[in-house]
Amino acid sequence: MTEQTDFVEIRHAQKSFGTLEVLKDINLTVRRGQIVGIIGSSGSGKSTLLRAINDLDPLTGGEIWLDGVQVNKKLPHRQYEKHINAMRQQVGMVFQHFNLFPHMTARENVTMAPMLLKKISREEADALAREQLDKVGMLNRIDYYPSQLSGGQKQRVAIARALAMKPKLMLFDEATSALDPELVEEVNMVMKQLAEEHMTMIIVTHEMDFAASVCDRVLFMDKGVVVEEGPPEVLFRNPAKERTREFLRKHLEGAK
Amino acid sequence: MGLDFSIVPKYMDIILLGCAWTIGITVAAALLSFVGGIVFAVIALFSPWIIRQPFRLLEWVFMGTPLLLQLFLIYFGLVQIGIDLPAFVAGIIGLGLHFAVYNSELIQTAILAVDKGQMEAARTLGLSRGEALRKVVIPQAVRDVIPPIGNNMIALLKDSALVSVIGVSELTLSAQRVIGKTYRPFEFYILAAAFYYVINLGMEWVQRRIERRISISR
Repeated sequence: MTEQTDFVEIRHAQKSFGTLEVLKDINLTVRRGQIVGIIGSSGSGKSTLLRAINDLDPLTGGEIWLDGVQVNKKLPHRQYEKHINAMRQQVGMVFQHFNLFPHMTARENVTMAPMLLKKISREEADALAREQLDKVGMLNRIDYYPSQLSGGQKQRVAIARALAMKPKLMLFDEATSALDPELVEEVNMVMKQLAEEHMTMIIVTHEMDFAASVCDRVLFMDKGVVVEEGPPEVLFRNPAKERTREFLRKHLEGAK
Repeated sequence: MGLDFSIVPKYMDIILLGCAWTIGITVAAALLSFVGGIVFAVIALFSPWIIRQPFRLLEWVFMGTPLLLQLFLIYFGLVQIGIDLPAFVAGIIGLGLHFAVYNSELIQTAILAVDKGQMEAARTLGLSRGEALRKVVIPQAVRDVIPPIGNNMIALLKDSALVSVIGVSELTLSAQRVIGKTYRPFEFYILAAAFYYVINLGMEWVQRRIERRISISR
């Protein structure tokens, strides 16, 4: 069965807002430990696809499977809520604008969900906060509030917060797009480290160099379809489709 | 008959007792209006239609009619249906609910103003909508709304004088009683005004402390 070999499977994903079709019959499989990058201009549907994986933007058609369980299965409302909350605990998400909880310290940001949902004790939570914040190099800021942190530091705490739920899959939605250029590297370092630990990741990004260096596979999306996909060395150096070439050319010009 | 403040110390104990009542009623009503404001805001924003509509009517009653009338209704009116409340309890409930409706308006706006990404981040971690509201959205909304709620609480302090009409011996009624004995309205009304001012200062001080404490976590 495909569900067992493929860790994440998206089948015929379709999403419309009214008459506007933002995702058109998208199929994607990700194996355990794989790192998939999604590139494309804004409005291409790449963030919508990512957000569909944990049902933040529910699909209007198609199926999403995670580790053998369908994420967007049809259930009565109450049951579905329970099901989706359980699914989301297994999927970490990192946002462009961090979305840290400003009224909580770094420690509280990391421990709130595990304490509430996994009923771990204060001691366990404390150890967890130390472990996760240490991993992203933020242990020395454990009792700082988000307002006291730089953008890169905030994003690293946000990654620690997501990791504290011990997710099977991490989603990154333009995690470095809102950062000052000099702060991008510290976040990329953390993501590279996760890659080395074989965390399964789907990364929506504008940074071609980063995508090329960490991803096993890169998808180029345009107008709601996957135009082309392949290993980064092929997709970036030798794209097959004209639309991909055009996007990469424009992107290179923009970068200069 | 000129002004003579030398008479004041003799009746100071009555005035101070009145002060204590005013502070007690104000603090209790303020707490009720705060907790009630959060509850009302959640009902107004998130409850099903069947609960929300009757609640709207209640809201209109509290906003659209005089507080004085509401106090009469709670104290004298409820007796007829077997609810006989002590005057100070009726006063606290009347003041508390009246200002809860005003606080609810503020808190509703603040809840809607909390960045959508906060709810999303909480849901992404696996929290239900209710958990996300309780842990993430409402605490932030309440922080944002402390300054205008502080203004409402000052208004509440001033309106606490209205409970004198249902016979609670708070500051205003205490002053009136002393005046009834001494025929010295100016001295004792001024004294009462000075005490209201001092309580006001105290409330502003508390509000500033709360604001300073939360300023870092916004």
